[in-house]
Amino acid sequence: MISEQISEKPKSKYSITRLLRENSKAQGLFLISPTNIYLFILVVLPLILVTILSFLSRGTYGQVEFKFNLSNYTRLFDPLYAKILGYSLLVGFGTTVICILIGYPLAYFIARAPARQRSLLLFLILLPFWTNFIIRIYAWMIILRSGGLLDSLLQWLHFTQAPLNLLYSPTAVMIGMVYEFLPFMILPLYTSLEKIENSLLEAAADLGAPPWKAFLRVTLPLSVPGMVAGTILTFIPAMGMFVVPDILGGAKTILIGNVIRNQFLTARDWPFGAAASMVLMLMTMVLTLYYTRKAGFGEELLV
Amino acid sequence: MKSEYAVEFHDVVKIFPTPEGSQVNAVDHVSIQINHGEFFSLLGPSGCGKTTSLRLMAGFEWPTSGEVDINGEKMGRKPPYQRPVNTVFQNYALFQHMTVFDNVAFGLEMEKVPKDEISRRVNEALEMVKLPGMGRRKPKQLSGGQQQRIALARALVKRPEVLLLDEPLGALDLKLRKEMQLELKALQEQVGITFIYVTHDQEEALTMSNRIAVMSRGKTLQIGSSVEIYERPNCKFVADFIGETNFLSGTVKTIDKDRVVVALTSPEQEINGIGIGNLKIGQRVSVSIRPEKVHLLDDDGSEVVNQGIPENQLKGKVIVTAYIGSDTRIVLELGPGVRMKVWEQNAISTLDPEAYYSVGDAVRIFVPYDNTLVLPEDIV
Repeated sequence: MISEQISEKPKSKYSITRLLRENSKAQGLFLISPTNIYLFILVVLPLILVTILSFLSRGTYGQVEFKFNLSNYTRLFDPLYAKILGYSLLVGFGTTVICILIGYPLAYFIARAPARQRSLLLFLILLPFWTNFIIRIYAWMIILRSGGLLDSLLQWLHFTQAPLNLLYSPTAVMIGMVYEFLPFMILPLYTSLEKIENSLLEAAADLGAPPWKAFLRVTLPLSVPGMVAGTILTFIPAMGMFVVPDILGGAKTILIGNVIRNQFLTARDWPFGAAASMVLMLMTMVLTLYYTRKAGFGEELLV
Repeated sequence: MKSEYAVEFHDVVKIFPTPEGSQVNAVDHVSIQINHGEFFSLLGPSGCGKTTSLRLMAGFEWPTSGEVDINGEKMGRKPPYQRPVNTVFQNYALFQHMTVFDNVAFGLEMEKVPKDEISRRVNEALEMVKLPGMGRRKPKQLSGGQQQRIALARALVKRPEVLLLDEPLGALDLKLRKEMQLELKALQEQVGITFIYVTHDQEEALTMSNRIAVMSRGKTLQIGSSVEIYERPNCKFVADFIGETNFLSGTVKTIDKDRVVVALTSPEQEINGIGIGNLKIGQRVSVSIRPEKVHLLDDDGSEVVNQGIPENQLKGKVIVTAYIGSDTRIVLELGPGVRMKVWEQNAISTLDPEAYYSVGDAVRIFVPYDNTLVLPEDIV
C-alpha cells in the first residue's frame, strides 16, 4: 500500500490541481481569470482594434485600407476639430459643475431627511431610469420647443412674453446633459453625506462653529469623496455624449461624440473616427488621472 | 463675578414625541444645582434622561419648559456655539479628515485665537492628556484610549466653564477604564473646571464624583455624595441601583424618631432599622440590608431575640457559597423563597475548609439596626 502511494506521486507532479494547491501565485491568477478574460474580450481587444484602425487609411468607397497613415491624427489639429474638442471639454466641465451645484443641495436634503423618507426620495431620483433615455430626451423636445410646455408655462405666469426658442440651442444641450447626468452626481454625494454622523456637526457647534462654518469645515470636506466619484461618473460620459446634442442641439451644437459617430455611420471614415476616439479617450484619461491624483478616487465611499 | 452655581436646572421638562405618536417626558421636572469646580455625575439606567439633561446643558436640545442657567446666565434657546461649555462625546466625534492637531485647534480657531497662541495651547493640551507629539497623526491612526484623550483635549483646550462628559469611557476596556477614571479625576482637580459626567456605571460614579444625581424615568431621585447615596439611599430604586442589597418586605409596626420597627412578612419576625422619609404605622416598606454589612455566626440553636436590642438577628441556611478571594459570597435562605446575599470578608488566611461556611450550614445573622434601612416602596 505504502509503496503504491509513493510510486503514484511523480504522476501528479505536473497536474494542474497540484500546481494550484502549492503555488499561491497560480492560485490567484486562476481565481481572477474570469475577470481577466472578460476584460480582455470587452476592453483590451476592442481597444487594440481601434488603435490599429486609427493608423490605417480610408479607401475611396469608405472601406478600410491597410496602409499606415498618420493624417487621421494630424487632421484633428485642424482648427475645426480642435474647436469641437475644446467645446466638448467645456460642455463636459460645465455639465459636471452644474450637476454639483444642483445635486449637492438635493443630496444634502435627502441625506438629512428622516430615515423613512430617504428611500422614497432616492427611489424618485432613480425613477426616470425606468424609461428609455432617448425617449426622455425626446420629451425634453416637447418641453423646450418654441411654444412648448416651458414657453406656455412661463408666458402663462407672465415671466416672458415671447417664445424663448430654447430648442436647438447650446442651452438646450446643457439642460439635457445636466438632466441626464444629475442622478450620477446625486447618488455618490448622498452616500458620502449620509455617512456624516450628526455628532460631528454637534461637536463642531459645541466647539463654537456656527452652522455655516460647520458646513465649510466638516460637511464639505467629508463629502469630497462623493463629489469626486460623482465627477468621474459625470465628466467621462458627458465628454463622449452625442445623443443629447443630436436631438436637442440640432445641427448647431456638435461635440466630439457626434464627430466620432458621424465618421463611423455617415462619413464612413472609420480610421478618422478611431483616431478621434483615441484622442477623446486619452484626453479624458489624462484629465481624470490628474484629478484623481489631486482628490482621490472617492474610494473612501467604499469603507 | 462668579455666580452661585456653575449649572442650575429650574424645574426643567423635556418632552420628545415617540415614533408611535405619543409623547415621553425624557426629563421630568428636574431641578439641580451644580457647584463651581465640582465633579458631578448623572447616574442612571439607559433611558433615565441623563444624556438628555447633558444635551440640555450643551444646547443640543432646548427645554420644553423650565430654565437652564449656566454661570448664573439664563441659556434659553442659545445655540451650542454660544455657550461656555464643551462636550466630550460618547463616540468621541473626532473629525477624521483633520489631524489631531487640527482637531484640538478647531475650537480655538472658531474663537479667532492668534495662530501662535493656538499652537502653544494645543501642544499644552496634548501634553495634559499625555499625548505630546501626536499632533500630526490622523485620529484613525490612534487607539480607542488615545482617541478618547484627544476628544478630552479638544474640549479642555477651550477652557470652558463647564465640561460635559457623555459616558466618555464607555467604549474602553475595563483596565483602561479604571486607569482613565483616576486620571480624569486628577485632571479635574488640576484644572479646577466643573465636570458633569454622565454614566450608567455606578462604580465609576462613586469613584470619581463629589456628588451624584441618581436618575430614573426622567426624574432625579437623589442627589448627594457617594457616601450619602450608598449609605442612605432615599428610596428602593437608589438602594437597588447603587451597589448590591437585599430587600425584605414588611409593614411598619412602631416608629420612634428615626428608629422603626418593621414586622417582616417572611420570616415572620420583627426587625429594627433606620426609617427613611415619612413613614406611617402600617405602611408597606422594604427593608434594605447590604450584603457586606452583615455578620454571620454558626447557629447555636437558641431563640432569636430582637426586642429592645439594637442588633437584629435572623436565622438562615447556607444554600450557595462562592469563594472569590477577598471575600466569600454566600446565599442564605431565611424562609421559604426568601433569600439573602451575604459577603463574608476573608480576613484570616487559612486553608482549613472548616473555617469557611459550606452549603447546608445553619447560621445566625447579626445586622446592627443602623445597617438596616427601612425604605418606602418606590416613589417613581
